[in-house]
Amino acid sequence: MTPTLMGRWQTRLALLATIGVAWTLLLTPLLPRGDASLNDTYQLTLLALAITALVGMAIWDPIYHGLQQFRWEKDWPSMFALLVGANEGVTTWLVLRRIGVVTPWSFVALFASTWFLIWLALIGPIRLVLLRYRFRGGRILGS
Amino acid sequence: MIDARPAARPRAGDLSPELMSTSVWSDELVARSGIPMIDVPFVSIGGGMGSFVMVDLLRIAGVPASNIVSLSNIDHPWQTYEYLTRCSQIPRHERIRSDSSGCPDNIWAFPSYAVREAWADKTIAPLVSVVTEPVLTDYWTPRAGQVFTALGREASRIRYPDMLARGQVRLVRRRREGGYFTILTPPEGTSPTKRVAYRSWYVHLAVGYPGLQFLPDLQAYRERHGDTTRIVNAYEPHEHVYEALRRQPGTVVVRGGGIVASRVLQRLMEDRQNHGARTHIHHLFRTYVSGKHGRSVFSRRKGSGGFAYSGFNWPKSAWGGQLKEQFERLEGSDRAELYKELGGAHTPHRKLWQQQKARATADDWYQTYQGVVTGMTPSARGGIVSDVRPDQGAPYSLEADFIIDCTGLEGDIREHRVLADLLDHSGAGRNPLGRLDVERTFEVRGTTNGFGRMYASGSATLGGYYAGVDTFLGLQYSALTIADDLAAQGFCRRIGVGRSIAQWIRWARDASTD
Repeated sequence: MTPTLMGRWQTRLALLATIGVAWTLLLTPLLPRGDASLNDTYQLTLLALAITALVGMAIWDPIYHGLQQFRWEKDWPSMFALLVGANEGVTTWLVLRRIGVVTPWSFVALFASTWFLIWLALIGPIRLVLLRYRFRGGRILGS
Repeated sequence: MIDARPAARPRAGDLSPELMSTSVWSDELVARSGIPMIDVPFVSIGGGMGSFVMVDLLRIAGVPASNIVSLSNIDHPWQTYEYLTRCSQIPRHERIRSDSSGCPDNIWAFPSYAVREAWADKTIAPLVSVVTEPVLTDYWTPRAGQVFTALGREASRIRYPDMLARGQVRLVRRRREGGYFTILTPPEGTSPTKRVAYRSWYVHLAVGYPGLQFLPDLQAYRERHGDTTRIVNAYEPHEHVYEALRRQPGTVVVRGGGIVASRVLQRLMEDRQNHGARTHIHHLFRTYVSGKHGRSVFSRRKGSGGFAYSGFNWPKSAWGGQLKEQFERLEGSDRAELYKELGGAHTPHRKLWQQQKARATADDWYQTYQGVVTGMTPSARGGIVSDVRPDQGAPYSLEADFIIDCTGLEGDIREHRVLADLLDHSGAGRNPLGRLDVERTFEVRGTTNGFGRMYASGSATLGGYYAGVDTFLGLQYSALTIADDLAAQGFCRRIGVGRSIAQWIRWARDASTD
């Protein structure tokens, strides 16, 4: 992958808003939620997506972009794109925990599976939908 | 003295002096010459990989086969590519230097070659490799044969043979009424006239390498001593060198530090290992890279043992990321400077090659040298002595039975007759690297003619706003960009989300694009 900073932002928003939301809507009812209502749980799981989007754009994407500058290829190997799910999971967890009561294993199941699905789409199938995506540094909008 | 022979009369339908000297042709002028005219809206010249990828894209964008012609002197689009790879020691079962997603048979690069190999061979090894590259492992690259087989399937699917017209393209001229004339010389006996004119709105030039050259000192020696067996170009057939070295021990000088040098070394080393050759290798680099190198901490390329390492022709982001955007912004000498900084000879880092070289160095039959060759003379025992001046230290000589030129020096675009004619008659010019100047849309700058547009892709356009033109992925990018420009002019539909998905399903089912 060869993202630009703008490309990272656009890709993050687009994939969280599509695959992320769809998968979260599907998975949330199946997660153990203790006494919480489904409605409250939905609020939390969707909030987790929003936090991942915001914290990612504000903190993580600029860091990744900075690190990428030390690479000759100015690329971001797909392995990195998968592994950074770990640190992003931690930041999302830390923020989410201050807002509501979250079961750790439910969070891990939801976050890890969502991250993996998005990554899977990113390394191949996205090109069926967005034919020019791979030449645009991850940008989806604009000329 | 008067020549008693009757004046040679031009054959019917040939290029007349009047046509040759007129830069813009009218329909009437062409008709008067007796050259038959064939109307096709889109003409691609070359018929190699560049033409194929372009035609493939147009077919997927909905252009009927009858609106496209590919003019070529080869039968299959991959014929020249296969010839060059075979000469440079990449037979079908060996791996080329191309990314898993550089798929000239599939515009989506999905599934990529690694996925297809994993599926066909029932193994996850290629998948593990592409997911962990280049951090834990070297870049995964496809076997040449896999690409050729896939191209064959796609060629049938889009009915490529129906769009192919055989012959040698002689020149392209602008048409007074708009568009272009492309003059083809069909094979002897296939046409009543010597030439045929294709009248089109659009012309696509994909003529490949302008011409491969020897290093000037090697060329001079070859001409002076009439020696074409001991000094060979790695892109020419040179099997006799390996055969001779297997028959009796010998010394060879390998020149160049690129991918072809790596390939040739692999062949020489495998012949030693598997066929009992006793070859001694002197490897001469003009630029010797001993470690990480580059302008700043933000642009450091790896290197060792003389070689600079790079997975592919350019840093990856030049095809579609930061460096692509940087190239697009730069003009003139600034762009040339970036080309220079990222260019030079380099080769991928491959574990096998590292192991072979380490063993050969330890056993003392592989040595590297740095320097510029200042002169060459025949040696007393029938070989060749190269006099070398290194950047540091005293001059020295290398004696060898054979010299293999792996530098892949490319000729000037003017060596290609069609390109030379465009420079002289059609307003085409040169880019900062001296090759054919194209716009960001790959339109040949200066050749617009009424509604007509002329485009170019491939090696001839190196030096433009896109660096990776001479690669599978680059050909896909140029084809897509050209197709989008053609769509903006109403020639075809722009491939949007719906069409992309629908056409991919057709690809997956091996169904026709129509």
